[in-house]
Amino acid sequence: MKKHKTSGKPAYYMESVPKMKKIMRNYYLKAKYARYLGKKVAWITSGGPVEPLIAMGIIPVYPENHGAMIGVSHTGVELCEVAEGMGYSGDLCSYARADIGASETGGGPIGGLPKPDMLICCNNICGTVLKWYEIQARKFQVPLFILDTPFVHTEFTKEAKTYVDRQVKDYIRFLETAMKKKFPYDKMNVVGKRSVEAMRLWQQVLNTATAKPAPFTAFDAFFHLALIVTLRGTKTVLRYYRFLLDELNQRVEKGIGMVENEQYRFLWDNLPIWHRMRWLSRAFAARNAALVADTYTSAWCGTVDNIDENDFLGSMGEAYTRIYLNIGVDQMAEKVLNMIDKYDVDGLVMHSNRSCKPYSFGQYDIQRIVQRERGLPVLILESDMVDARKFSEGQVETRIDAFMEMVGQK
Amino acid sequence: MNPTEIIEQFRIAVRDPFGTARTIREGQNRPVVGYTCTYFPEEIVLAAGAHPFRLFGKSTVMLKTDAHIQAYGCSLARAVFEDALSGELDFLDVMAFPHSCDTMQRLSDIWRLNIKNTVHLDLLFPVHLKSEAAQDYMEAVLERFRKGMEQVFQVDISKDAMQNAISLMNRIRASLTALYKLRAAHSASISGSDLSHVVQGAMILDRLEVADKLEALVSALKGTHTPTRTAPAKRVLLSGSVCLHPDIHTIIEEQGGAVAWDDLCTGSRYFDVQVPEDLPPIPAIAKRFLNRAICPAKHGGTTRRGGDLLKLISTHRIDGVIFLFLKFCDPHGFDYPDLKTALETAGIPTLFLEVETGKPVDGPTRTRVETFLQILNQREAAL
Ligand code: SF4
Ligand code: SF4
Repeated sequence: MKKHKTSGKPAYYMESVPKMKKIMRNYYLKAKYARYLGKKVAWITSGGPVEPLIAMGIIPVYPENHGAMIGVSHTGVELCEVAEGMGYSGDLCSYARADIGASETGGGPIGGLPKPDMLICCNNICGTVLKWYEIQARKFQVPLFILDTPFVHTEFTKEAKTYVDRQVKDYIRFLETAMKKKFPYDKMNVVGKRSVEAMRLWQQVLNTATAKPAPFTAFDAFFHLALIVTLRGTKTVLRYYRFLLDELNQRVEKGIGMVENEQYRFLWDNLPIWHRMRWLSRAFAARNAALVADTYTSAWCGTVDNIDENDFLGSMGEAYTRIYLNIGVDQMAEKVLNMIDKYDVDGLVMHSNRSCKPYSFGQYDIQRIVQRERGLPVLILESDMVDARKFSEGQVETRIDAFMEMVGQK
Repeated sequence: MNPTEIIEQFRIAVRDPFGTARTIREGQNRPVVGYTCTYFPEEIVLAAGAHPFRLFGKSTVMLKTDAHIQAYGCSLARAVFEDALSGELDFLDVMAFPHSCDTMQRLSDIWRLNIKNTVHLDLLFPVHLKSEAAQDYMEAVLERFRKGMEQVFQVDISKDAMQNAISLMNRIRASLTALYKLRAAHSASISGSDLSHVVQGAMILDRLEVADKLEALVSALKGTHTPTRTAPAKRVLLSGSVCLHPDIHTIIEEQGGAVAWDDLCTGSRYFDVQVPEDLPPIPAIAKRFLNRAICPAKHGGTTRRGGDLLKLISTHRIDGVIFLFLKFCDPHGFDYPDLKTALETAGIPTLFLEVETGKPVDGPTRTRVETFLQILNQREAAL
């Protein structure tokens, strides 16, 4: 691939990668053996408030992250088929299908997730998680806490604020009951501050891709994302992202790009197509194109400004309600336009993801807004993040070529 | 008016909902408020002097929607939006979106960005209906909508107007319940297809007219006992979202069965539970929403829907359940496998049908319904 070498390593090599893999391996190992470590496990949605769990010493586990690993390891189709055999429609979110399949068979790259002691579901990302967690609550017969975050079509109303703030208190009570101990508010302060710092670091990490050439791409961001999702609020995350940020800054200083001859820069929208990550990254790189940023990974730092780090619990209701997927299509388009400017891209690549309706419906309108406001070409790839049956290499390749032609004419 | 004539008026409204709404708007000079889901406080709209109008999606060919909503959106959302884009809904003064599923949530955004001649309102109801905080929040959302109606129509909604509207809707709900019960007891000569049109028509026609007509229909039907059938019909329950396929009823009836009850949102979920008339209006409406039969897009505990379904089955002595879903409908799709298991454990056979609005029931679906009914009949013989 790369001829551009630094200290004997190819330019795409990053020291952070093995480090990250090690942290994740340890984390999953700990989660899988939680019982023997005297720890409780909570399954939580990716947009859910993990910080109180960390403060409580509960191990958070993310079925969606597991879904991503299933996608990457190409076990998605077989696990989805298990769920379909149980009666789940093939049109439902493939994270949910894969997770339901895996909890039935113990299949997938890590032999299934450890059994939950409780379930924490925040519907700020979708209504799917609500149904999915209801199913798992019935299956595992464990308590389910729901943080219900009203959708912010145009405004975050004062009654919605009262509503979510009250539920934050319910959440703490839920944890106290589940753990039969008092909630450690002082620890929470520390965790809250760390979480905010982690989000800021993650934002800085993503910011490095404003450099030309970009020191890493969205495909790398998808990989490094796992920690901000799963271990936000811990020291490990801070240490790791500082290391990653250093490495990326060095690459920027040395002018090392992830894509050789970066000629075109694109913005990616929606979840990754986990089962075609390498294929897609090569397909774009071969055309001298770098996907320098995406709307997905930035969701985990997008509302950092709504958090008061000195009053995490008091401000988290609002922060968790105003995340990217819980806002109106026009607000999303606004963010897309900002990213287009910030990362100075030449086009937008949208993954129309059959699994994720809240992310995908509205994309066509965002496409029109982008074309109108910035005159940029937009490529729409219809696929699915985990279910590889919904991907056709030939078709995607043709569409990428047509898109590159348009970009080239600009 | 005899029952057939009354029913015919509901049928006409279902056939031509937009014409019906236009007549109300122009003839009675009343603004029309469109909505998409049974969690909608029609009482508040009525109290504001406006006409609540449920959208079911009439378009069958998607010419314009395809540019806004992917083909993997449910046919209900897509058809409703096609109606809007093609100008069929230009009589709407207000379009209201009560929060339900992810698809409708995004449709609201897309609608707001593209349909410019109506006032757009979102009702951000709670999803988790069992929490303590939900009651207060539900009331606050209703109160915001009430103020919204006042503002849009430049009226003051008096408490009396609210109370009158509540009584009116309670009359409708009482009559629909009575009709369902008559039907379930097989003592009325009203076919399943007729009843399905009556419920749908009740969400389209002028509500005062609906209340009067339904009462007339109930008393007319109470007198008409159908001759006792030789073999009692197999009693089917239809479970799902919207059913715009009254021919399903006919197929079932042709096989000697009958739909004895349903939990559809174009059926019993529309009229389940009254608004208490002894409470202040807003808390009273909130209370009904929290207590009525739940929609799968809401949370009322992890076993609530299964429990409700089993209760309906025993109350109405149901022999088999037909699940009727729209393709691409997530909330129902997720509930189905566990519901099916719960029913089968209880010895109730089930059938799963996936349909799309605007498409007639196809041959294979018809055959499956027929076979299912034959199995129910054989079961009787074998017992
Ligand atoms: S992919 Fe979309 S639908 Fe599936 S869990 Fe994530 S946000 Fe929800
Ligand atoms: S049919 Fe299902 S997906 Fe469609 S609007 Fe109704 S609940 Fe939503």
